[in-house]
Amino acid sequence: METRTIEQLSENFQQKIDADIKIEPNDWMPDNYRKALIRQISQHAHSEIVGMLPEGNWITRAPSLRRKAVLLAKVQDEAGHGLYLYSATETLGISREETIDDLHEGKVKYSSIFNYPTLTWADMGAVGWLVDGAAIMNQVALCRTSYGPYARAMVKICKEESFHQRQGYEIMTSLMNGTEVQKAMAQDALNRFWWPALMMFGPSDAESKHTEQSMRWRIKRYTNDELRQSFVDATVPQAELIGLTIPDPKLRWNEERGHYDFGDIDWDEFWQVVGGNGPCNKERIEARVKAKEEGAWVREAALAFASKSKSRQN
Amino acid sequence: MEESTYTFLLRLGDDSLILGQRLSEWCGHGPILEEDIAMTNIALDLIGQATNIYTYAAGLTPDFNDADALAFLRFEHQYLNAILVEQPNGNFADTLVRQFFFDAFRVPLFEHLQDSKDTSLAAIAEKSLKESRYHLKHSSEWVIRLGDGTELSHERAQLAVFDLWRYTQELFHMDTAEQKLLAQDIAPNLENLRGIWLETVETVMEKATLKLPTNQGFFGAGRLGRHSEHMGYILAQMQYMQRAYPGMEW
Amino acid sequence: MSSNEWPLWEVFIRSKQGLNHKHVGSLRAPDAAMALQNARDVYTRRSEGVSIWVMQSALITASDPKESGPMFEPADSKVYRHPTFYDLPDGIEHM
Ligand SMILES: [Fe+2]
Ligand SMILES: [Fe+2]
Ligand SMILES: [Fe+2]
Repeated sequence: METRTIEQLSENFQQKIDADIKIEPNDWMPDNYRKALIRQISQHAHSEIVGMLPEGNWITRAPSLRRKAVLLAKVQDEAGHGLYLYSATETLGISREETIDDLHEGKVKYSSIFNYPTLTWADMGAVGWLVDGAAIMNQVALCRTSYGPYARAMVKICKEESFHQRQGYEIMTSLMNGTEVQKAMAQDALNRFWWPALMMFGPSDAESKHTEQSMRWRIKRYTNDELRQSFVDATVPQAELIGLTIPDPKLRWNEERGHYDFGDIDWDEFWQVVGGNGPCNKERIEARVKAKEEGAWVREAALAFASKSKSRQN
Repeated sequence: MEESTYTFLLRLGDDSLILGQRLSEWCGHGPILEEDIAMTNIALDLIGQATNIYTYAAGLTPDFNDADALAFLRFEHQYLNAILVEQPNGNFADTLVRQFFFDAFRVPLFEHLQDSKDTSLAAIAEKSLKESRYHLKHSSEWVIRLGDGTELSHERAQLAVFDLWRYTQELFHMDTAEQKLLAQDIAPNLENLRGIWLETVETVMEKATLKLPTNQGFFGAGRLGRHSEHMGYILAQMQYMQRAYPGMEW
Repeated sequence: MSSNEWPLWEVFIRSKQGLNHKHVGSLRAPDAAMALQNARDVYTRRSEGVSIWVMQSALITASDPKESGPMFEPADSKVYRHPTFYDLPDGIEHM
């Protein structure tokens, strides 16, 4: 069989991408594409798993049986999402454990939003509505990403996500239909989560170092700023409908652009939180490391039992 | 009649709720993602059971309007769960042995209750039985894996069995409520379930290479509302919202 | 690095009677029994299935994409395997 040069292979690869033909695990791919995918998918996986913590924080205190069950099911879904995404990275030749160790050693990031604390029950509303809402913007676009296993994971995730944002918005709606204390609780949660939610889309396009290449490879389908704008446009009317005020004095509808204009994001805060100096960075990683370390003997026991039963069978 | 049914329903529902509450503490902290998801499923089943049972019970009392009122607005001594289910999660072996002792009791209980003369109770039991059978499969397989796994896991599982054994006798406690329901074919004789339970437990212990203690264990009075010191803290957390913001809708 | 990582399994689910088992994803489990249980909890939380197969990923033999020419292209020319190859007389719409 003929051996093709790297140039030919690369050209062939880009042609497939341009024709929207999915890349599958055993297909030839440029090393940088593989690396970029591992970085992006594992960051995404870690965000799902670390994201369980701020919401998990309220499961034992949920105010009704229904809310408790919904929150449990929601946080459980996020565990599933992490699992699907780790599986996708495994098809790229890196094991789940290696990926997780990279997180624990601080080599890979997760979404900065999860470094903010959840202080009141209304935060369960704000997180579901805004954080899952922002995530969905991104995830729907990624259902058409160029790497097959990643795209398939996203399709499954998007199906499951559909109730997450709704349950969050429902919590906010109940609060806004409630007493003054409840309304204030909801507004306070929005005040705290609005800007961090906008930061979830990442640095502005001008600052984003990976965007251009990622777009060419179709592992990203819209830029950070495009997605952020869609999120603002979709969310503002939802806030108004239930009587919440977006904490941004510069927010106004721009008839000419057909979009909302909004104020400047505090990028210093963003880089501080990404860099490890957010309110909960330390707690979040500690909790994950603890779960892994304290679970080690359990995983070992199950392996030991499996090999004993196997040798008994033989 | 209704009063004994009500008492019995609380004993059943409170077991589910409090164990579900305990299990949900694991969510996000399990030893591996797959197991995190599995334990959350069990917690969800238990909270669902509690909801169904309380919904029925709330109709039998003028004191509480609905399932949520029963779950969140009672005082500690009004909860009638067994002391076993309120025990702290401890390590993974403690959680799974607690679960196993409980599941091995719940399965034969629901098997009997699905034939109850009380048709509402029978319907709840029929649905819950399917769930509990799965829980028992999950917990017993884990107890076997831990017992017959590594030296360390064996040690931890054995310790959990010795520690939790003392709380199991209470599960078979019959008092006036159960006696009355037994007479009307509404609930089984719990004393008779002990033999079936013990058979399951002994079979699994043998496969797990674990020993059972020879003593009987103490007599707990959770069924009468006298709990361990852990219970107050469970309620402090669980009832936090309802107590801090009374009378609001969420 | 500690190596207590469980082996990887592929999960196949029959979504309803009459359909093939279809690959839905993977998971980690120490043995087949737990792989099945985990598959049930991870992949059928929304009643997605009536039957599950699990198989250790390491046991799967895959075709080499470099040879996808010789493997699959011959079938491309065997159009007689596809029903659209055949002309039906007018008046017959479904067959
Ligand atoms: Fe998610
Ligand atoms: Fe979500
Ligand atoms: Fe999420």
